[in-house]
Parts: sequence; structure tokens; C-alpha cells
Amino acid sequence: MNRVVITGMGIYSVIGNNLGEVKDSLFHGRSGIIFDPVRKAMGFRSALTGMVERPQLKGVLDRRMRIGLPVQGEYAYISTLEALKHAGIDQSYLDKNEVGILFGNDSSAVPVVESVDILREKKDTMMIGSGHIFQAMNSTVSMNLSVIFRLKGVNFTLSGACASGSHAIGIGYLLIKQGLQDMIICGGAQEINPESTASFDALNAFSTRESDPERASRPFDRDRDGLVPSGGAATVIIESYESAMKRGAVIYGELIGYGFSSNGEHISMPNVEGPVRAMQKAILDAGIKSTEIDYINAHATSTPAGDRNEANSIDLVFGSSKPLVSSTKSMTGHEMWMGGASEVIYSTLMMNNGFVAPNINYANPDEITAKLNIAAVTTPHEINAFLSNSFGFGGTNSSLIIRKV
Amino acid sequence: MDKDDIIRKINQLLVDEIEIEETQIYPDADLKKDLGIDSLDFVDLFVIVENNFGFKMKAEEMADVKSLEDFYTYIIKRINPN
Repeated sequence: MNRVVITGMGIYSVIGNNLGEVKDSLFHGRSGIIFDPVRKAMGFRSALTGMVERPQLKGVLDRRMRIGLPVQGEYAYISTLEALKHAGIDQSYLDKNEVGILFGNDSSAVPVVESVDILREKKDTMMIGSGHIFQAMNSTVSMNLSVIFRLKGVNFTLSGACASGSHAIGIGYLLIKQGLQDMIICGGAQEINPESTASFDALNAFSTRESDPERASRPFDRDRDGLVPSGGAATVIIESYESAMKRGAVIYGELIGYGFSSNGEHISMPNVEGPVRAMQKAILDAGIKSTEIDYINAHATSTPAGDRNEANSIDLVFGSSKPLVSSTKSMTGHEMWMGGASEVIYSTLMMNNGFVAPNINYANPDEITAKLNIAAVTTPHEINAFLSNSFGFGGTNSSLIIRKV
Repeated sequence: MDKDDIIRKINQLLVDEIEIEETQIYPDADLKKDLGIDSLDFVDLFVIVENNFGFKMKAEEMADVKSLEDFYTYIIKRINPN
């Protein structure tokens, strides 16, 4: 079995457009949440969202490469460029080696809406043009980036709801561990637009604290009232330890555990037992004791039921050691398909810089969240191993464990 | 719109919409080999022509359109059939 290490990271998020900016935001507890008047005008119950600027790729990528990219593909292109550079990988390396790509993505709403709007107006499918099909498929990110970077290894997208990015890293880890690939570009991407979140807004799951956007996402806090949708893209270069040594690459962490499970219950209501099994399986896979986990990056999205159940799950598995816990979604909002990958990056940045980022807006616990050791403020802390949780609709759960090398 | 206007407009659309370099545009240019227009770009040309010249290109009529000159001739003929 191969050891699997992280040798590069790239991030395009609502709290920064690169690793340096994001590390700074994590340390200072900055929120990336805004009020979007466009959503209010459209009839959203909550107009809160994370927001990024759309990357300008004209002059960077040729037309054919650009017109197949939806916004989340553009974000992912930027995060992947940074990750490859961070890993010391250039195009020549990608041309000479079998490098794969596995991305988490679970929607691409705008090109679907636009295609149907054109069809309804023009009554002619030809008027849709050639780009929309490549933007509209769930596999759009891996599909486009594999062409742009001329990749020759494994190439597909994982759609696992809000655990997509985490599962992408987990499956990549298994492929490398088994010796089937030496290097995989893993990640997660999430579009930011009203079209993709309107039906989610309909579920009454979003915070309506519109008068105070930066305090709206408050995981584990007694007064939490829902999540804030967000997005961007995160890329993690994972490779075998042997490959990293051969290249003389800097190692930012070692993936040692992946645990997954399904709740087998409600489509949107999380439970306690499923996440417990995912965390326990990750610990078993890692071959460590639960007491060796120094930090947990919680999935906690700021919904009343989800945070309560995750708090109970974490307490059941880690109640004896009570590691520090924070949800970076307090700053970023819920990055959904991207979140599992971005939160590995956030936590790896913390591990490499000796701090735990704050769970901002955690003012008061409730009777359940009080069981956890939540870092409400930035906390200097040596992290030798952390666990990152990601859960999604349908009861899909993913837990990843990464340790310092 | 006279013939020169149509040619000027086609050239401008190729530069603006298909992002072909101005220096590549000459009447003898082969659409595929010289201008790199592939089957997907032809789909976009369909949209561009309808939006800018007001008619639908027909795939069967495009079979003999190989060069830019052929394309000019085709468009001019569709706009001014007589």
C-alpha cells in the first residue's frame, strides 16, 4: 500500500483568492458573507450568500476552452493553477506523466437555465450554441480541466451532495494507496448564483439574519437559524509518498484515513449514527487512536438540527479527549460541493501554521453543543492530526484524517 | 447591405466572436486548416449568422463551403439571392 501525501493546494474562496489571503482570513476570523439584493428582488427568502469575483480568463484561455467553462469551472481553473504551482508541477510534467483528476461537483444550473430559455424563445436547439452542453453537465469541472491541462490519468466527477469535495479526495486517496495512480488533482467546485440555490432557499434552510450578514453563519451557536450558501473552488494535489520524494516535493500533510457511510434514513435530515460510523471508519483506516486527533473541522453548517446531530456524533467518538472543534463555515458560509476540499485546505493551513481558526459567531452554546471544545477565537495550537467532516443530502457522510509528516 | 459591407461584417464577427486573428483572415484561407474552425465552431457560426444576418444556415448547403471566399459567397447569396 502506498502512503498518500498532499503536495499542493489552491483555493478561490469567499475569504480569499489564494492561499495567502485565505490563511490570513482564517487567522483573523474574517467573514465572506454578503447580502445580495439580486436574490431579494428575485423572491428569495434569504438574500445572504458568500461571494467571489468572476475570474477574467479572456486572454488567458483560448475561446474553445473558455466557452465550455461555467463559473465554478473558472473558479476551479484558478485554484488548480495555484495548486499546481504550489506543488511545483508544470505543463511539461503533466505531459510526461499520468496525472488524474477527481473533482466534486453536483450542479451546473445557469447553463441549463440559459439553454432552455434560448430554446423556448427561438424554438431551435441549434441556437443554443456549442458551449452550453460542456458547461451544463455535472462533470463539467473534471471534463474541462482535463482538456485544459492535457491530463491522462483517471478523470471523473463525484456528485455526493455537500460531501462531494471530500469524497473526491477520499476516492483519490484510495486509488493512490492501491497503486493505481501516482498523482491526482482532487478538489471541489461550487457555483455561486441565484439559479443554483433558489430551490434550496425554498426549504427554509437558509439563515434570514439579513440585517447582519457577517453574523448570520453561526455554527453550534444557540441562536443559529440556518446556513448561508457560498461557493468557489479548492484544489488539492495528492500523490504517492514515493512520487513526492522522487520529485523532491514539499509535503504539507499525509492523508491517512477516509471513512464513509450513509444514514439510510431521511433525505435532508441528518442523523447521529451515520456520521459516527464515518468518523470511526476513518480512525480505523488511519490506524490511530481517536485521542490522537488534535483538531476537528466540523461539517456544521449553522442549521439547528444538523449542528446538534454532529455535536452528538463528535461527542460520542471524541468525548474522552475533547479535541478543539471549529466550523470554518462560520466565515465562508456553506461551500457545498466544494466544502469537503476547501476545508481540507483550511485545516492543512492551520496545521502548517500552528493555529486553529475560530468558529466565529459562537457566542453561546446550547445544551448539546456545550459538550464540544469549540474554538470561538483563534487559538495557537499544535495540530499533528486533524479530522474533517463533510455530510450531504441523502445521508452521505465523509470523514478524512490528515496528519503532519 | 452591399457585398463589401457583408464581407467586412463577416470578418469582424470572426475576429470578435470566434477570436480569429485579423492577420489570418484572407479570402483563400481554408476554414478548417487555416482558421482552425472545427465542427463545434460551425455550431457557433450558425448562431452568429442567424443573430447577425437573420437567416438560418443549412448544413447541407455548407458541404461545399471550404474557404473563407466560399463562406462570403454563401452568405452574400443567401442575403441577396438575385
